[in-house]
Amino acid sequence: MSLTNQYPDEVQAIFAKYPSRRSAVMPLLYLAQREEGYIKKESMEEIAALLDLDTTEVAAIVGFYSMYHDEKAGKYRIQVCTDISCALRGADTFLEHLCDNIGIKVGETTPDGLVTIEEVKCLAGCDKAPMFQLQDGDKVSYHENMTVDKTMELVEALRKAQAQK
Amino acid sequence: MTHILLRHRDIPDIKNIEVYKQNGGFQSLQKALTAMQPKQIVEEVKASGLRGRGGAGFPTGVKWSFLPDTIFPHYVVCNADESEPGTFKDREIMESNPYQFLEGVAISCFAVGAQEGYIYLRGEFYPVAQHLDACIAEMEKQGYLGDNLFGTQTSIRLKTHLGAGAYICGEETALLESLEGKRGQPRLRPPFPAVVGLYGKPTVINNVETLSNLPYIVEHGSAGYRQFGTEKSPGTKIFSLSGNVNKPGNYELPLGTTFRELIFTHGGGIQNGNKLRAIMPAGASSSIIRVDDQTFDKVMDTPMDYENVQNVGSLLGSASVIVIDDTHSMDWVINKTIEFFKHESCGKCTPCRDGNYWMLQLTEKIHAGHATMKDVQLLDTVAAQMYGKCLCALGDFSTMAVRTAIDRFPEDFEKVAGKA
Repeated sequence: MSLTNQYPDEVQAIFAKYPSRRSAVMPLLYLAQREEGYIKKESMEEIAALLDLDTTEVAAIVGFYSMYHDEKAGKYRIQVCTDISCALRGADTFLEHLCDNIGIKVGETTPDGLVTIEEVKCLAGCDKAPMFQLQDGDKVSYHENMTVDKTMELVEALRKAQAQK
Repeated sequence: MTHILLRHRDIPDIKNIEVYKQNGGFQSLQKALTAMQPKQIVEEVKASGLRGRGGAGFPTGVKWSFLPDTIFPHYVVCNADESEPGTFKDREIMESNPYQFLEGVAISCFAVGAQEGYIYLRGEFYPVAQHLDACIAEMEKQGYLGDNLFGTQTSIRLKTHLGAGAYICGEETALLESLEGKRGQPRLRPPFPAVVGLYGKPTVINNVETLSNLPYIVEHGSAGYRQFGTEKSPGTKIFSLSGNVNKPGNYELPLGTTFRELIFTHGGGIQNGNKLRAIMPAGASSSIIRVDDQTFDKVMDTPMDYENVQNVGSLLGSASVIVIDDTHSMDWVINKTIEFFKHESCGKCTPCRDGNYWMLQLTEKIHAGHATMKDVQLLDTVAAQMYGKCLCALGDFSTMAVRTAIDRFPEDFEKVAGKA
């Protein structure tokens, strides 16, 4: 379904926010990512048509920003910061043990399609390392002062919630 | 001391609009709009000596005065892209003291004659943006944003905009490109944003912490503001302390506070009883300060302000103080910082794009123990050739830690590369 059919009010609100139509591209891309966690070619084509851009230009924007994804992955992306401040407080070890416990490598997705683990750059949570953000479509939440045990509990809770849907 | 910026530490519920109002909230905005002329505010901010808190330290009032009076509309854009490794202060302000921040943005709009302000937040701050949207709606409902504010002709509207994960968008012209719906790549300057900014119009771009100072300056005047800090670096600053300290976190302290007070009094000293070895006072973009038995007291007694940090071979930047203990080696540190810059280089200019690619090849090889001292020299040469030749500051920043690590910690490189 097209974005304008699926989210008519939100698309209008986005256009009303800016004096220039093109500025709507980033919020529209988030909308396109909401449902399935990645942006399909059809969505890029629709956004390009709405904004009078080439699809290639829209794809270049998707490619430029690390929070947009053009390939399907887990429903939830656990994105662990391993930059210098977090690394000084054990982020690399945390990530390694987390991968071992979940049973996948960085960049991989659990067989049930629930979780993908990714390594990302600084998230401005340096004093509360180890930390990660959980990306779910167009939404993000921070999880700070984390341990592997706490993260495994979170993954279990997500798994249960998903099973009930 | 009581806080000017992190007031939620003194008044925990200040993110509630009624609590904020009970504690003087919006009185500065009312004073500005009803009892002051825009030019008067610009002059007061100039006199306060407030300097940009995003890292560059440029005088805020001077920046505002560059906007031409002949071209309209003017825009205010708040840089809430906070992405420098080690920096996490703006997030705390926006989460915990949001109305003071928004009042500051509104005051800046009035001061520079802008009716619209955009707050550009990094995409990871999605919940923060949701929260700010709710605060903005509440301010509109209560007449602190919108039309005919306080019975005047003044209209001010604020909107949030989310980035999507790109450090470069903290660079002000890249931020404008991103807000205009393009890839976040810096523009060639001149023209500067003050003349040709957002949508080609005069634009002032200020950091979250900078703008959050304005309610205090309007209320207490420049003299009141200058009771904190030093002559050339007035006011308080939020120091983001991270790395190998016992109590990492944000500490709002007068500019000119010493490293010793921050790291040992507030930060509780070095973790696990280890020794302090290095400080990166401006995040990953820092020149690395070496701390050893000879330099310990000199570094510790250095006041952290825009002038004095230079005396120990670095810069204050955004005051994101990363503390490194003696269990870490600098070949590891620069491999981390270059992984970051390589990932975040926007690809527009060749020295930065290719330079960071080659620097990463070399830092990985050195850190893995597969390099010779010739590789270390080559790394230093690559960094030296990049410096001053890039389109924006990111390129220069990427070379700082590399060059100072090689120069100031030669034993770390001899250890891993000397034998091969």
